[in-house]
Amino acid sequence: MSLSSDDVHKIAHLARLAVSDEEAEALCRDLSNILGLVEQMAAVDTSAIEPMAHPLAMHQRLRPDEVTESDRRDLYLRNAPAAENGLFLVPCVIE
Amino acid sequence: MHHKTLAELSAGLAAGEFSSVELTRHFLERIRAHDERLNSFITVTEEQALAAAEAVDARRAAGEAGPLTGIPLAHKDIFCTLDVRTSCGSRMLDNFVSPYDATVVERLAAAGMVMLGKTNMDEFAMGSSNETSCYGPVHNPWDTERVPGGSSGGSAAAVAARLTPVATGTDTGGSIRQPAALTGITGLKPTYGRCSRWGMIAFASSLDQAGPMARTAEDCALLLSGMAGFDPRDSTSAERPVDDYLAALDRPLDGLKVGLVREFMAQDGLHSGVAAATEAVLEELKRQGAEVVEVSLPHAHLSVPAYYVVAPAECSSNLSRFDGVRFGPRCEDPKDLEDLYKRSRSEGFGAEVKRRILIGAYALSAGYYDAYYLKAQQVRQLIAQDFRVAFEQVDLIVSPTTPDVAFPLGAKTDDPVAMYLQDIYTIAVNLAGLPAISIPAPAADGLPTGFQMIGNHFDEACLLNVAHRLQQATDWHRHAPEGF
Repeated sequence: MSLSSDDVHKIAHLARLAVSDEEAEALCRDLSNILGLVEQMAAVDTSAIEPMAHPLAMHQRLRPDEVTESDRRDLYLRNAPAAENGLFLVPCVIE
Repeated sequence: MHHKTLAELSAGLAAGEFSSVELTRHFLERIRAHDERLNSFITVTEEQALAAAEAVDARRAAGEAGPLTGIPLAHKDIFCTLDVRTSCGSRMLDNFVSPYDATVVERLAAAGMVMLGKTNMDEFAMGSSNETSCYGPVHNPWDTERVPGGSSGGSAAAVAARLTPVATGTDTGGSIRQPAALTGITGLKPTYGRCSRWGMIAFASSLDQAGPMARTAEDCALLLSGMAGFDPRDSTSAERPVDDYLAALDRPLDGLKVGLVREFMAQDGLHSGVAAATEAVLEELKRQGAEVVEVSLPHAHLSVPAYYVVAPAECSSNLSRFDGVRFGPRCEDPKDLEDLYKRSRSEGFGAEVKRRILIGAYALSAGYYDAYYLKAQQVRQLIAQDFRVAFEQVDLIVSPTTPDVAFPLGAKTDDPVAMYLQDIYTIAVNLAGLPAISIPAPAADGLPTGFQMIGNHFDEACLLNVAHRLQQATDWHRHAPEGF
C-alpha cells in the first residue's frame, strides 16, 4: 500500500493534525514503509480466527453508583491554557 | 554506597549504618556529577526528596519500616506525580503539573521510598532508542555515543550508572526489557493487569504495563512487591492476590523445563555475540538442572506487523485528549476550534508520535478497519495461541532480548521500520499479555546483552526465581560501566 500526499492530508484531517505539503511528502514515504511492514499479515489466513481485543479474558467490573472522588476542578483546570469561571475557554463556536 | 543493591541498602538502613537522608544526598550528588553526560533525568526533585527522606527516617525511628523504607528511586516521567512536572518526554506536557499521584507512585511512597526525580523517555513511550524525547536523547553509560534503548532509556541508564538504586519503567512493546538489555541491568515487564495503569499516561491501553528496573532480580522482586496489586481505579487491573516473590527466589531449578524459541535463534540479523551470550546462559541453566528444549512460535514473526496496527490505533484514540484545550501549549491566534486543535497538536507532538497517530487513524478509518485493525486482532490471537501451545510443553520460554547490542545515536532515526525491528523478540509478549524479564548475559563487543525469559500469565515468581538463581551463580549482572 502506497499512500499519496492527498491520502496523508485526509488522514491528518481525521487525526486533527496540521501537515504542511513538505511534511506530507516525507510522511508518504514513512507511512507507506510502515504499511508495507504491516501488510506481511496478509500472508496468513485468519478467516476462522476470533479477534483478540484484550490480553486477558475479563469482564468490565461494575461498581456501586456512588460519588468516590472529591471536587478537584481547580486542580484540573490548572493545566489548561485558558480557563475562566471553572470552564475551559475555546474560540467562539456558535455565533 | 551506590554499588550496593536495594537489598543491601535496605539491610544497611535497618542496621543503622546510614540514614535515608545520607543515602538520598549521596545519589542526588551522583546525579549532579554524572547526569550531564547521560541526560537520564528530566526533573530532579532534590528538595522533595530530602524532605521525604527526613520523614521516612523519622518513621523508621518510630519503628515503622519495611524493606523499601528509605530507599531512593526514580520514576519514568510517564507516571503522574502530584505537584511535580510529568512531561512524558513531550513538548505537549512540558508544563503539565499533575494533580494526583499514579497508583504505582502512591504505593511506593507509602512503602517509604524516596523519589529522586523523573527519568527521560521516548516521547509518550514511542521509540526504542530514547531519541524521540523532546528533552534530547539519553546516552548509554557503557558508551555515551550509543543509545540506551527505549522507551524507558532514562530509567535504564540511571540504574546502570548507579545514579539511583532502582527505577520504574513501562513496557508496551519492549520498553523495559530492551533498554535493560542494552544497558546491562535487570528489567521485568509483569503480566498485563498486575500493576495499576492509573495515573500512567496511556499509550496503548491493551498493552501498557508498569514494571521494575534494577540491577538484580532480587531487587526487581522487592520493587515489584511494592508496585503490584489490584487497584479499583484501573478497570483492567487484575483482581487477584500478589505472590510472595521473595519467598520463591531460592527455589532450586531441578526439573525446570525451558523452551528456547527456535524462530528467534534463526532470525536474520541476530548478532553472533548475542547468540553466544544466550547459549552461555542456557549452559548455566542446564548446569543447575534445568532441561532445555526448543519450542516454536510460528506466528511470532508477525508480532511487529500486528503491533504496528494495534498500538497506533490505541494511541490515536488515547492521544486525542491532547487538543490544546485541557492540557499543554495552545497555538497562537487560532482562527477557529479546528485550527486550534490542528495547530496545537502539530506543534506539541514530535515526528514519531505524529507518524503513529496517523497510522492509527488510517487503520481505524472507514473502509480500512477490517483489513488492518480486525486483521491485527486476529493475528494477535494466533500469537497468543502459539504461547498457549508452548506453555503446555515448558515452564519458561527464553530467547535473546534484542537481536543486537546498543547501536550508535542517530543510526536508525531516519528509518522508522528499522527502529521498530529492534523489538522483534519483545513485542509478542505484550500482545499476549505475558510477563517477561530481561537479565544481563555475557557482553558482546564489550557491550551488554540481554537474556529474555517469558513466563505464563501471573507467573512473575517463576521468572524472578530463575533469574535470581542464575545471578547467584554468575557475575554478568555485576559489571558496571567505567567512569561513573
